[in-house]
Amino acid sequence: MDAEEHILRLSQDPEWADLTPIPQDDGPNPVVPIAYKPDFIETMDYFRAVYKANEFSPRALQLTHQAILLNPGNYTVWHFRRLILDALGIDLNEELNFMLGISERNPKNYQIWHHRRWIAEKLGTDAASKELEFTRRMLSLDAKNYHAWSHRQWVLQALGGWENELDYCHQLLEEDVFNNSAWNQRYFVVTRSPLLGGLEATRESEVKYTIEAILGNPGNESPWRYLRGLYKNDPKSWISDPQVSSVCLKVLSAEANHVFALSTLLDLLSHGFQANQEFRDAVDSLRPSNSDPADSDLAKTICSILRHVDPMRVNYWTWRKSKLPSAVSV
Amino acid sequence: MGELVVDKHVKYILSVEKRKDSFESVVLEHLRMNGAYWGLATLDLLGKLDALDSNEVIEWIMKCQHESGGFAGNIGHDPHMLYTLSAVQVLALFDKLNVLDADKVANYISGLQNEDGSFSGDEWGEVDSRFSYLAICCLSILHCLDKINMEKAVNYIASCKNVDGGFGCTPGGESHAGQIFCCVGALAITGSLHHVDKDLLGWWLCERQVKSGGLNGRPEKLPDVCYSWWVLSSLIMIDRVHWINKDKLVKFILNCQDTENGGISDRPEDAVDVYHTYFGVAGLSLLEYPGLKAIDPAHALPVDVVNRIFFQK
Ligand SMILES: [Zn+2]
Repeated sequence: MDAEEHILRLSQDPEWADLTPIPQDDGPNPVVPIAYKPDFIETMDYFRAVYKANEFSPRALQLTHQAILLNPGNYTVWHFRRLILDALGIDLNEELNFMLGISERNPKNYQIWHHRRWIAEKLGTDAASKELEFTRRMLSLDAKNYHAWSHRQWVLQALGGWENELDYCHQLLEEDVFNNSAWNQRYFVVTRSPLLGGLEATRESEVKYTIEAILGNPGNESPWRYLRGLYKNDPKSWISDPQVSSVCLKVLSAEANHVFALSTLLDLLSHGFQANQEFRDAVDSLRPSNSDPADSDLAKTICSILRHVDPMRVNYWTWRKSKLPSAVSV
Repeated sequence: MGELVVDKHVKYILSVEKRKDSFESVVLEHLRMNGAYWGLATLDLLGKLDALDSNEVIEWIMKCQHESGGFAGNIGHDPHMLYTLSAVQVLALFDKLNVLDADKVANYISGLQNEDGSFSGDEWGEVDSRFSYLAICCLSILHCLDKINMEKAVNYIASCKNVDGGFGCTPGGESHAGQIFCCVGALAITGSLHHVDKDLLGWWLCERQVKSGGLNGRPEKLPDVCYSWWVLSSLIMIDRVHWINKDKLVKFILNCQDTENGGISDRPEDAVDVYHTYFGVAGLSLLEYPGLKAIDPAHALPVDVVNRIFFQK
């Protein structure tokens, strides 16, 4: 369905002869003047006429279709379309079909997602599986589409359909473990799904899952932050859980990007974690040969290394170092 | 790389109509109010706002206002919070807020606050923390913040906070630099920055700087000039802007200029547009690039304009 093929020649159509088109008023001397194409001008002139007359008719509905094809971002046309759909009592499942092609061509258009939401709200729980399927399709085109994720979260909370969501997150992370949106959705599911029992109930299996992801790609920011999130409001368990400190140690002992392992260990130390000699040796081996002499304070040594391996954020690591309690060493 | 080609950018903004690529012009039509704000704010930051006749602009803006008090993106369109803030900001640039019935605009905005403290963008009810910012920024400029339930508004924004320190569009939504700007901006304006975990968010934000020096909006995304604004303004509001490498970011933005015809693009070698030209210049202003007016990170208006509004200076 191409926009070009669909253009009605309204001015030559007897069905539209009763309506006087209203031309665009761009004001006296446009600040951001706009050059319009002739078919756009004609469509919009007739749209303004039906809009002004509040004409809720099948031909007006058809006209909004045409105007949307020409400019899917025009929110006034979408608004008016909803008024017509309401007035004519159109089957909204048909409307969902109408939206498919437009959505795939304009995946980041606010109006399309908003319209979709309006329809799903009206259709109620029956729409849940259809909406989850639709967002899945959109996310297969762009797995980080912010609108699609936002819509999906709304569907889950308002209409349900949580059953397979954790599996879906897993599937997306299999495809791309760096996908922060999928990690965020995973957190959304374990904290909000009515079926899983919340963070406490899922922590054990989630920690295992996350550690595996970290060991696969130690430079991946998302699972490190996710791991921390699993201990939200429970810093004691975070410090005392040997799984957390040992993943740091494993990464530090491997040939890898060490930034997140070092920064996590730094956070642990700042919260009272007591590191043994094994940690000291692993950190010490990462000290660049030309850096400051080893500090008896492990946290300070870590900051010095981070200043070195992450020079873009040297000021941040310097600040972290300056914030460390000074009484520990000497 | 070179310097900021100020004169070329001014010429570019003033001649936007010359490029008649029909698709771009069609999709701009309904959001002309945003375009006006981006273009005029850029001119003001470059010290060239007087290149335009303000009376004609103001006349057009007032034709976009509805009965309800809200503004549309263009004449004959429906009102929306997005365009209402842009309209008020442009009037503020020209020192013409007095042509407004502030109460009327404020009533439109307060009417869009929901029971849970969130805001809808228009009568159709879409909710997003962006709209909380638009409402609060606009009411602040109009000295009408007392028209809304501030406590609920702030609590809703706080509920959009994530464990990484960032904010999303709704509770549970992924942290995104644009949403973070909106939430931190609204909290800054309402004196509620204690809801922000500044150190954690500051680290997340400075992690957005990639090798090229540019900033992205989420982990593993490409850098983009517009994020210079969203990330930098947030870092300034929480007092952590020194955590990024400013020199590299300046170079990245300057590399996105069209040095021949003016304008700034999202990434080097891409096509320029008004939106990225504004965010590039505004980003450089936050980085204290010489010759540019200073910009207020919360209200997204030049500091002299903000001083005029709040201190009659
Ligand atoms: Zn951009």
